[in-house]
Amino acid sequence: MSNPSGTAFIHRQSAHCESGSTSNLFSNHGVNISEALAFGIGAGLFFGYFPFIKVHGLPLITFRNAPGRIIKNTARRLKVRFQCSKFKDPEKAMDSLDAILGKGIPVGLQAGIYWLPYFPDALRFHFNAHTLIAYGRKGNDYLISDPVFDEPVVCSRDDLMKARFSEGALAPKGKMYYLSGIPGEIDLPRAVREGIKETCRMMVKTPFPLIGVRGIRLFAKKVRGWPVKYGRRKAVLHLGHAIRMQEEIGTGGGGFRLMYAAFLQEAAGIMDNKGLLDISRRMTDAGDKWREFALFGARICKERSTDGDNFDRLADILHDCGNREQTLFKDLQEVLR
Amino acid sequence: MKEKDVPQDKGIYGRWHGINYAVDEEGNYVLTPSSGWEPANWANRQAWDLLDQELAEVLEEVRKGRRSPLAYHMARSLMDVKMLSRYTGLACWRVKRHCKPLVFKRLNRTLLERYAKIFKMTADQLMEVP
Repeated sequence: MSNPSGTAFIHRQSAHCESGSTSNLFSNHGVNISEALAFGIGAGLFFGYFPFIKVHGLPLITFRNAPGRIIKNTARRLKVRFQCSKFKDPEKAMDSLDAILGKGIPVGLQAGIYWLPYFPDALRFHFNAHTLIAYGRKGNDYLISDPVFDEPVVCSRDDLMKARFSEGALAPKGKMYYLSGIPGEIDLPRAVREGIKETCRMMVKTPFPLIGVRGIRLFAKKVRGWPVKYGRRKAVLHLGHAIRMQEEIGTGGGGFRLMYAAFLQEAAGIMDNKGLLDISRRMTDAGDKWREFALFGARICKERSTDGDNFDRLADILHDCGNREQTLFKDLQEVLR
Repeated sequence: MKEKDVPQDKGIYGRWHGINYAVDEEGNYVLTPSSGWEPANWANRQAWDLLDQELAEVLEEVRKGRRSPLAYHMARSLMDVKMLSRYTGLACWRVKRHCKPLVFKRLNRTLLERYAKIFKMTADQLMEVP
């Protein structure tokens, strides 16, 4: 199976599904961008604490922007034309996929993890916003480049159809997309600048208290109160949930913070701006701080030695994360000026 | 995170790997495969323990004749009434009603097969619980 550039489809493993798919999709069209670059241009970095949206009965904590935004932003900022469609009828959705694949164009798909048989059992929850690429078909099997896996995998037509029409929150409704027009010249520095600007705005300029740095501080405050509000058992459940959102699948470590640091490092070269290197180092430190939160959180839960003090210390770590990101993103805005 | 500090604690990924972003000796970012990290493994186990516990409770109810086998298969597939209603195209109240043993016993073959198909089993298997 070949890609539009005429070579065999290149599968590169990445940390996160959507930024990885974006990077693989663009690279196979001859626009070679790394996962970190796609993540940065797509303004993927985020923080949001939404207690009124429940995931298995626990509040939604997210470290990235809404599903689908990364690919959309990246295409828009690189001025690449892309087609996106949703379907009502599963059979029609599969036929449409076959038609595009027949032209030798790889197709990005939104899918529910629960129905994908190649996923390890431990990860097969009903999560509907997974992103993967179909790049060919052999009989009844589709050739799948799932960026979070070491190698390309295969998936039967039946299973893929089920996955594309999984139900529940963020139901994919057969969503698929592909690139249809690449401009002659790609203005990378401009795209990078726009991506960074959006992220800065979301993190430090928003008046909405649940997102960005204000969201991190609010989250810290809530963590401090968990043992009293919920009692030990439920506080531990909440903590485990937060750690999963931060580290379980595809964040590259530290709730995407380390991936963003890699992006800033690459951006420094692209924009020829040494100031970004310093910000990248500080972003690494912030990511490590988030990792410390997960490490310490898991330890106190396992050792069953928790009392209010431990949750206080966790909240302090989070506050530190918030403070670091506050100054970091303010400085990032200055550096770009 | 330094490249040499990337954790390799086997767990949730099975035979696969995750990717961690880490810096090498010169401070350059590199993508490093990781077989897992204990805090994430622990959090994942905790989530499954909770689901297993809930499933055991449902099974107990089914055995005592308070709920139908459908309730068990629904819980085993990590679904709730709302999600199963979306998959089958039946109204929530009907799915809920079918979780009652007496109603479930009188269900016709067509409906049973509609449920069984979602769970990837036969209608006869749907009537059974372990």
